[in-house]
Amino acid sequence: MAYIVPRPKLTFAEKMYLPSIVAGMAITFKHLKRMLKGETKVVMQYPEEKWDSNMPEHYRGAPTLVKDDHGRERCVACQLCEFICPPRAITISPGEIPAENKFAKVEKYPVEFKIDMIRCIYCGMCEEVCPEQAIFLRKDYAITGTSRAEMVNDKEKLYEMGGVFDGLIHKWNPKK
Amino acid sequence: MLNVQIDGVWLQFPKGTRLIEACSQAQKFIPRYCYHPKLTAPGNCRMCLIELGMPKMGPDRKPVVGPDGKPEIGWIPRPQISCAQDVAEGMAVRTDSPMVQECRQGVMEFLLINHPLDCPICDQAGECRLQEFSVEYGNSSSRFLERKVKKPKNIELGPRVTLDAERCVLCSRCIRFMKEVANDDVLGFVDRGSFSTIACHPERVLDSNYSLNTVDICPVGALTSSDFRFKMRVWFLKETKTIDVNDGLGSNITVGSRENVIYRITPRENNDVNGVWLPDSHRLNFKYVGASNRFKLPQIKAQPVDWRTAIAVAAEILKAHSSESIAMIASARMTNEELFVARLLAHQLNIAPERLDVLPRTGEPDGILIPADRNSNTTGAKLLGVSASEPGSHLPGIAQGVRSGAIKVLICFEDATKCGMTAEELSKIALIVIDILPNATSALASVLLPSSAWVEKRGSLININGRLQRINRAVQPPDQARDDWEILRDLLTALGGTNSLNSIEEVFKLMAGEHAEFAGLSLSKIGDLGVPLSLTPATATLQEAAN
Repeated sequence: MAYIVPRPKLTFAEKMYLPSIVAGMAITFKHLKRMLKGETKVVMQYPEEKWDSNMPEHYRGAPTLVKDDHGRERCVACQLCEFICPPRAITISPGEIPAENKFAKVEKYPVEFKIDMIRCIYCGMCEEVCPEQAIFLRKDYAITGTSRAEMVNDKEKLYEMGGVFDGLIHKWNPKK
Repeated sequence: MLNVQIDGVWLQFPKGTRLIEACSQAQKFIPRYCYHPKLTAPGNCRMCLIELGMPKMGPDRKPVVGPDGKPEIGWIPRPQISCAQDVAEGMAVRTDSPMVQECRQGVMEFLLINHPLDCPICDQAGECRLQEFSVEYGNSSSRFLERKVKKPKNIELGPRVTLDAERCVLCSRCIRFMKEVANDDVLGFVDRGSFSTIACHPERVLDSNYSLNTVDICPVGALTSSDFRFKMRVWFLKETKTIDVNDGLGSNITVGSRENVIYRITPRENNDVNGVWLPDSHRLNFKYVGASNRFKLPQIKAQPVDWRTAIAVAAEILKAHSSESIAMIASARMTNEELFVARLLAHQLNIAPERLDVLPRTGEPDGILIPADRNSNTTGAKLLGVSASEPGSHLPGIAQGVRSGAIKVLICFEDATKCGMTAEELSKIALIVIDILPNATSALASVLLPSSAWVEKRGSLININGRLQRINRAVQPPDQARDDWEILRDLLTALGGTNSLNSIEEVFKLMAGEHAEFAGLSLSKIGDLGVPLSLTPATATLQEAAN
């Protein structure tokens, strides 16, 4: 059912718009004055200025793979993160470490480890489920790319982002 | 029947029932490592300890009857193993008393003393009894402070089995299996105490065709399949219950696949067919299904075409020749449904029975599971009239016809060069080939129609003992390859036959209407374990003892 909207009756001053313009300009000049006096808090000048230094400790950014202080890649391709990942962003192809490798005792490693950052929801379940302390969510937040393929982080990229992590448990060291 | 009291409830069991089985039947599961229903019980893992009692005897050697009218129980003060004990009259069991719980906790603690913490890389993780019972009955942390014992890892016991001795709980299931079932006594314990480990006898290797069954029955990850090792975690695998097609027995199997790739095949219990075992040769014979050279598109003289064109051209070839100049070599590895539609096609084309046969495959029976007949559905081919009464006996006649020029068109489900014809002879006639992989015949095909492998289709097979069993689809056929029965149905339709067959259930229904042996059955009624058919002696193949 159509109904008629009553139009407000405007006074002459209102029809001229002048009072509104004056009021608006007054606010603008008030802010100009405060800014010149240095009282206004300005927003961060992103991207010239980055968030990194202001990031809280618990921030969950891009998931990465880490190596330990022995230079060993922590991941043993148990595929638990692949299993737990809610958006199925992780794909792992497991393989056997060759006998001549100095970490051959660990036996298994990921031949390929891919995280599709278009799918990733930064939930941190992969870090939580990892029994090897191998995957950590770092503070990388500006994840961009110009194609879908570019948004898939492969093993090399993940280790480059993750780097070396100190102070992890060395459960694969020879038995004491 | 003997009266046995399990956790306070009196139940009846036949004489000779093992106590552990009786408890399982009473829904009281008792954890076990060394006990396996198909093997002897040495009682060496001590996981199945229970509290046992017998009726108290009065001075008159009569059971003392309590106030409730039931005999009073005298409990044995120390725990007993339930796997090496048969039920006896008046026997009483406590399966979950504080003493039993404490025993299990103690046994678990001892088993885990030297066990490595490598579940993340262990292939058994997810189906490991040690993991399961540790959660169920074990402690949350270890009290062991001493040095763990080092044992050999990554040992190749044979061409297909890898041993990790640190994970072994010394249950001896593998030793007993090789001795009692595979008749190849090759495994044993060496060294003593904490250093005791599994090894092959000197100068022997675990190379029996049944060696991978030791991997199945290993309750932990000590024995692993070298083929499946580190390939895929078991919890990702989609398990499809189906039937093995490598021989006439039709062993019941489970196909483990993920994202259209098959990773492993394991036996499935069916005590009327294969028990719980499967030969290695059969379980590893699946790699060809995912081969890159599988036929993906229909071809006319090696040129890829679409299905409509391929079927039309095949129908033209068949229409252009008289029925006397057409022959068909079907396969005794096809399902009943495919054989039935092939038979309908042969009727439509008026192909005489002597120009219709299957290729027999035989081998030496191994005396355990593998019979002489290596085709999965010889009985079905005979029953449905596709095979000669002696499979293969029409093949020389067909070969002669091809040679003399009497046969000008051959519909082939097998490699015809293995049926007594040479490639040169075959190159002179029109070949309609329905197959999955390239062979000498498919290279000469006038029309090549890509079909599905056995793990890619549904259907039924009849084994050598007349048991009707069902195969199921685990993975999708590659690209445009189709079910064999659909290809045959389309050919039949193009030749003016019926087009009313729209699903495999309808094919089965039509087949059941024409063959009384299938009366009252359907694919779903066959079930996972199959049903025995009552066959006439003419169609029944030799009855061979399985198990």
